[in-house]
Amino acid sequence: MVDLAVVQVSRLQFALTALYHFLFVPLTLGLSMILVIMEAVYVMTGREIWKRMTRFWGLLFGINFAMGVATGITMEFQFGTNWAYYSHYVGDIFGAPLAIEGLMAFFLEATFVGLFFFGWGRLSKVGHLVVTGLVALGSNLSALWILIANAWMQNPVGATFNYQTMRMELVSFRALLLNPVAQAKFVHTVAAGYVVGSVFVLAISAWYLLQERNRAFARRSMAVAASFGLACALSVVVLGDESGYEASENQRMKVAAIEAEWHTEPAPAAFTAFGFPDLEAHRTRDEVKIPWLLGLIATRSVDKPVPGIFELVARARERVKSGIEAYAALQTLRANPDNAAARERFEQHQGDLGYGLLLLREGDPLRAGPAQIERAAWSTVPDVLTLFWCFRIMVGLGLYFIVLFAIAFYLSARHRFERNRWFLKLAFWSLPLPWLAAELGWVVAEYGRQPWAVDGLLPTFLGVSVTPLSNVWFSLTGFVIFYSALAAVDVYLMVRTVRQGPEGLGYWPPAAGHPTEKPPSPGAALTS
Amino acid sequence: MPDYDTLRLIWWLILGALLIGFALTDGFDLGVGAIFRFVGRSDEERRALLESIEPVWEGNQVWFVLAGGATFAAWPRLYAASFSGLYLAMFVLLVALILRPVAFNFRNKRADRGWRELWDWALCVAGTVPALLFGVAFGNLFCGIPYQFDALARPVYGGGFFNLLSPFALLAGLVSLAMLVMHGASYAALKTGEPMAARAARVARVSALVYLTLFVLAGLWLAFALVGQRIAPGSPDSLARSVTLASGAWLDNYRAHPRLWLVPIAALAGAAANWGLLGARRPLAAFLLSGLTVAATILSAGIALFPFLLPSSSHPQDGLTVWNAASSQKTLFIMLVTVAIFLPLVLAYTTWVFRTLRGRITLEELHGHGDQY
Repeated sequence: MVDLAVVQVSRLQFALTALYHFLFVPLTLGLSMILVIMEAVYVMTGREIWKRMTRFWGLLFGINFAMGVATGITMEFQFGTNWAYYSHYVGDIFGAPLAIEGLMAFFLEATFVGLFFFGWGRLSKVGHLVVTGLVALGSNLSALWILIANAWMQNPVGATFNYQTMRMELVSFRALLLNPVAQAKFVHTVAAGYVVGSVFVLAISAWYLLQERNRAFARRSMAVAASFGLACALSVVVLGDESGYEASENQRMKVAAIEAEWHTEPAPAAFTAFGFPDLEAHRTRDEVKIPWLLGLIATRSVDKPVPGIFELVARARERVKSGIEAYAALQTLRANPDNAAARERFEQHQGDLGYGLLLLREGDPLRAGPAQIERAAWSTVPDVLTLFWCFRIMVGLGLYFIVLFAIAFYLSARHRFERNRWFLKLAFWSLPLPWLAAELGWVVAEYGRQPWAVDGLLPTFLGVSVTPLSNVWFSLTGFVIFYSALAAVDVYLMVRTVRQGPEGLGYWPPAAGHPTEKPPSPGAALTS
Repeated sequence: MPDYDTLRLIWWLILGALLIGFALTDGFDLGVGAIFRFVGRSDEERRALLESIEPVWEGNQVWFVLAGGATFAAWPRLYAASFSGLYLAMFVLLVALILRPVAFNFRNKRADRGWRELWDWALCVAGTVPALLFGVAFGNLFCGIPYQFDALARPVYGGGFFNLLSPFALLAGLVSLAMLVMHGASYAALKTGEPMAARAARVARVSALVYLTLFVLAGLWLAFALVGQRIAPGSPDSLARSVTLASGAWLDNYRAHPRLWLVPIAALAGAAANWGLLGARRPLAAFLLSGLTVAATILSAGIALFPFLLPSSSHPQDGLTVWNAASSQKTLFIMLVTVAIFLPLVLAYTTWVFRTLRGRITLEELHGHGDQY
């Protein structure tokens, strides 16, 4: 029925290409906003150095943007190439936000990004600022629509199953747009992108100050990064992703797994700050608990219990049984659409059809015994150990960024960067950390969604294309080789551009004799 | 809400419009990519050629991304069956499409010859391969693709990669390549200074002649040799519809409505006029007419296939058509509203960007500014 090897390799390919794409997306989000801030300062004050800052950071933005666009195409096509049944099953709903993303956001971003680079001599000051703003707006809208699509996978609202077309169909577009999970995800993800951009600017500027180069340039850049970064780092943590937690059963299971919360926490639920989950014994050793906190995070209240894994599995078991009824009725309806009894039975159980489909992994759901049902129920628990640790490292990093930016903000306000070399070193070595946090966030959100492609509706293993294993191995190998080569060139060019720096590339200071307005082609060192 | 049949028909037209939008805009980027290494002999000449497309290609490519997204939303069964069936071909296309953005961006970052040669070749491949593959894909629609649907309605593809390279499909690929090279070279003749413009005009004129020959050849093949599919009257969208195979059936729509012949005639006339106008040094008119050829060629193919979207060669009754591959009525309607709001907006700001960037990229201008990615 389903080739599980194809499923494994397809999942690996999706995870690797998505994680890779997500190296570039947050920096695009963050840097585009920082470019807007810098250029706005230029337009308001008329000081040439702010324009040059916009152009220099814009150069690094461009290298990253190209990689983001290139790897994004893979993501859009991969649903069709590797997840054909998923595409058929939910395309009626899931395809819409993806198409709107192209129409409303990606078009905006991609059309104006060319003018950002080539429009300096062709547009007025304000005109160019508007163009930069539209690029940033496009990037952010893009994130919005992608996350609306993603949130539907986490919490599939506004859709119903049509047994004649054998797929989910849209019932309420409004519900799809106003999905509470989408709102939480958008704010959290975009703010995380801003943090990535801010740390990027902060770290590279710190390196210039350590090298005693480009001081005027670096100090101003650090001031922007510190203030913008502080606001965003606070938002990321306060507006965490869990706010959409109550929305669906899988979201609840995800929180239970993140917490390694085996048994229901009565209200007010305590948060496990630390511990060692024991997967065999289904308990967590050496727990350090913080009273009330979990209830506050997950339910935004102190009077609701937070269900644990055992309780959620017990509910899943009942839903699997009901899902078998739905599956049986569906088979009858497929053979004879006019069977009124089967239709009634299907309508009664259709909400659990997805749980019945979980049994397809082992064979025909109609022949499933208690052992299969038990395994299917337990398969709704995601990988506790991975989620537990990824989440804690991510949150730890989030708290670290708040401290980092708070110090940076203080030092910036007091003009004391150069006297605190320890901080400059700390800032520089923090460069990779926001990417680590962002990737871990993806793991918690998407790996934590397993075993579902769409929560409660479609198991991941069923969504895969019917395609030979050799094809998937071929494309996976190709992506790994090709992407590794691109990564090497990307890092090489980034490092080279940073090393050359604003002065080496002719951005700052302006050459003598050309005081401000007409500089001798900045970037000349690159192209000639 | 319009009725379901009307919506499906409108969405067939929108899909066509998106593909035409892509071929009209990104088509010239691909064409310039395919030829700039030969039209531009020094690094400076190549830079001027590339700079004529660098500020716009990114936006142009979104037409393709949007066509993919719109297919996902409006024709999910088509999206699922075609992308998974053409797995390896899609992978090759993806590699070319990924190579292009990075090559544009990376090329000018270093001045040494080896580095630039590397990325110039990458751009050349990334221009040629998609231009060819899009045609091969269209050719395969006419040949039919071996696939069926199983009990769970999962598409199952029954062929390999090399099945896709049948003689007719390759011919269609060459039609597409010649067409986009003509279009791209006409664009370069319009947008760059001498000596690139004159050389590009010569390339365009040769491609126009090649296109004319190959397009007529493909038409004759369709009329007299290739086995086409037709749906028995009265069974347009039921699962029990019957599909029959017959040589020349792909021209049924033209036989039934002879006025439709104007479309392929427009395609031929556009290419012939392009040849003449470039000879008379009228590059703007020549470029607009190569655009007419591009649009009319795609429309000709669409009319011939209608109502088929993805015919199946192994299980013709499983073939996807306008009537059985669409999303629900509600989704089609909501997406139509979105398109009606945003597509005019896209066209407006794209026009504004093209106007802002008007003028030729000459070698002198290249020295005047340091703008680059």
